[in-house]
Amino acid sequence: MTDPIAAGLGRGWNVYDASKIERDLQLEADVAIVGTGAGGGTAAETLADAGLHVVMIEEGPLQSSSDFHMLESEAYPALYQESAARKTKDQAITILQGRAVGGSTLVNWTSSFRAPASTLRYWRDRYGLREYTPESLAPWFERAERRLSIATWALPPNENNAVLQRGARTLGIPTGIVARNVKGCANLGYCGMGCPIDAKQSMLITTIPAALDRGAVLVHRARAQRFSVQGDRLSDLRVSALDPVTQKPLPHAVTIRAKIYVVAAGGIGTPALLQRSGVPDPRGLIGARTFLHPVVLSAATMREPVAAFAGAPQSVYSDRFLDEPLDGRIGFKLEVPPVHPVLTAVTMPGFGAAGARMMESFAHLQVTLALMRDGFHAESQGGRVELASDGTPVLDYPITGYLWKGMRRALLAMAQIQFAAGATSVMPVHESAWPYASWKEAQAQIAALPMETMLTRVVSAHVMGGCAMGADERTSVVDGSGRHHLLENLYAFDGSVFPTSLGANPQLSIYAIAMRNAAQLAQRLVSR
Amino acid sequence: MPPVTRRQIIQTGAAGSALLALASCARSNAPFTDGGNRYRVLTAGDRELIAAVAGAMLTGVLPGDATQRQDALVRTVRGADVVIAGLPPRVIDELRQLLALLEFPPTRGFVAGIWTAWPQTASETVARFLTRWRYSGSALQRSGYQALHQVVMAAWYGNASSWSRIGYPGPPQP
Repeated sequence: MTDPIAAGLGRGWNVYDASKIERDLQLEADVAIVGTGAGGGTAAETLADAGLHVVMIEEGPLQSSSDFHMLESEAYPALYQESAARKTKDQAITILQGRAVGGSTLVNWTSSFRAPASTLRYWRDRYGLREYTPESLAPWFERAERRLSIATWALPPNENNAVLQRGARTLGIPTGIVARNVKGCANLGYCGMGCPIDAKQSMLITTIPAALDRGAVLVHRARAQRFSVQGDRLSDLRVSALDPVTQKPLPHAVTIRAKIYVVAAGGIGTPALLQRSGVPDPRGLIGARTFLHPVVLSAATMREPVAAFAGAPQSVYSDRFLDEPLDGRIGFKLEVPPVHPVLTAVTMPGFGAAGARMMESFAHLQVTLALMRDGFHAESQGGRVELASDGTPVLDYPITGYLWKGMRRALLAMAQIQFAAGATSVMPVHESAWPYASWKEAQAQIAALPMETMLTRVVSAHVMGGCAMGADERTSVVDGSGRHHLLENLYAFDGSVFPTSLGANPQLSIYAIAMRNAAQLAQRLVSR
Repeated sequence: MPPVTRRQIIQTGAAGSALLALASCARSNAPFTDGGNRYRVLTAGDRELIAAVAGAMLTGVLPGDATQRQDALVRTVRGADVVIAGLPPRVIDELRQLLALLEFPPTRGFVAGIWTAWPQTASETVARFLTRWRYSGSALQRSGYQALHQVVMAAWYGNASSWSRIGYPGPPQP
């Protein structure tokens, strides 16, 4: 098997590892793109295809399938923000987010959903995004699906997913089969550690190589520090080389001068860069309303082995609990996570003998998750990105009573489904819970659990918002084309532009919207 | 505090104490030593603290034999060093503050209720401290517990030698 990255480098790709440069570097471009995840990767290919000279900047390293050994101890420090232990300001939510060339697409679990029609309707009604209809976005979704081989998973779900399917069916709760961006998938179950066989159609092996083959430049291990703002334009971008081990800035800097600057550093990174740069923000909207799809989890022990570490991690979902008015009680989507030793041990509550007993049932564990659709209610305004003294971002995300109420409902719904599928015990992932032996016991105990930070385990794998798009500059940062309302050569093409959360795993919506907006930008630039 | 809390404290204590009585005798007055390894971030004091915390957190998982137990703890402390070194500078600084608070004898006694040096503190005593912080009314103490829990668990379960016990076969062979 050939490593497509090694092959491309052999063909003469223009790639700089900033940690190895020996003098300051100046680069010129038509378009500079910060971030190489779902938004940045997609934009790079679209813009390079139009004949534009593109420079990509990525804070993480360039790694490829020959580096991916399906080991958590290697993958988390190498490929994730803060070693897969990024926390919100009060430490209550752990955020899984990629940090490498390919961004989160390198380590996500491949689930691909189109933006729900109800979410788009809300964006049209509340944010004046009139062009964001399912019909007008359909061609972009189709293009993204074709480009990344997105198709409904055809193999039977692994047992972890099958339990969700079976339990839901017993209770008359509808489920669906997840569409995945894979080609020649061997059903290994290690998507979260970098696909070792290049089956996952991440940005690393699709759009980024295509852009590099067209002459684009990639600078990795390089943190975009700040733009220079001059009047209503950005004039350059300062980038620090990062030490590969300590992640501290190295002495050498890269300066990029471009006609257009595209920010695609995600819902935390994009607002942080704009804040560091002093981009005009008279209403304090940059970094506000950052959403996480906060997740609560329920762990069931099954009589038969589940081996939830093997097989496509996510293949079954249920949207039954999203079937609520958007401004009513919070809705949630049900899915399952893969179960690997480190992630499980750090997530499951307790220690000592009780913790040891829980881990002894590791191979029999079935874990279900509920991701909360945040951002549609007065009591769900998301979080705010702030800068720490060293300029790195911190997300302050308070969990409101409204959210806690929804999380308790979700813990109940998941336990009921797990018992309906034959679980011998179910334990909500909560410090004060223990394995409950029956639905009746679970019902009573979950109703009484204290819903508080660092007692209820809350995690997130979806960062959205913080740089909302909309028609009105009083309530949004960029317009529907992704262009900043005040600065004419600044665009945001990533999940940060979502004015609410999506209510579905975001990658496909980021691809489609970034592709649409990048194609429009390319057209304007080329016809100039 | 919910009833489960008290119940768990008792369970943890009872199950752990028989096994621990022997191990903690054998260990008393033996400082944590690991001359053969160059640590990236952990100081000698950090290593003693993490060894003590790991000894309590991994009760029921660590080998009963004193030498094997010590080897496993050394492996875990080395693992913790790697885990912490992989964090960004700001997070390492925050963690250092927590460790310093727990190492300086007066603050160790005041915030953790531990009045003996970590290597001389029995695992049951360390476990009681961890449980107090786990359910503390102070969100800061709860987050301190969570940080220690994450570091120890990541160090232990990131190591392949822990996998057979939990029935994890490891990644498939290519």
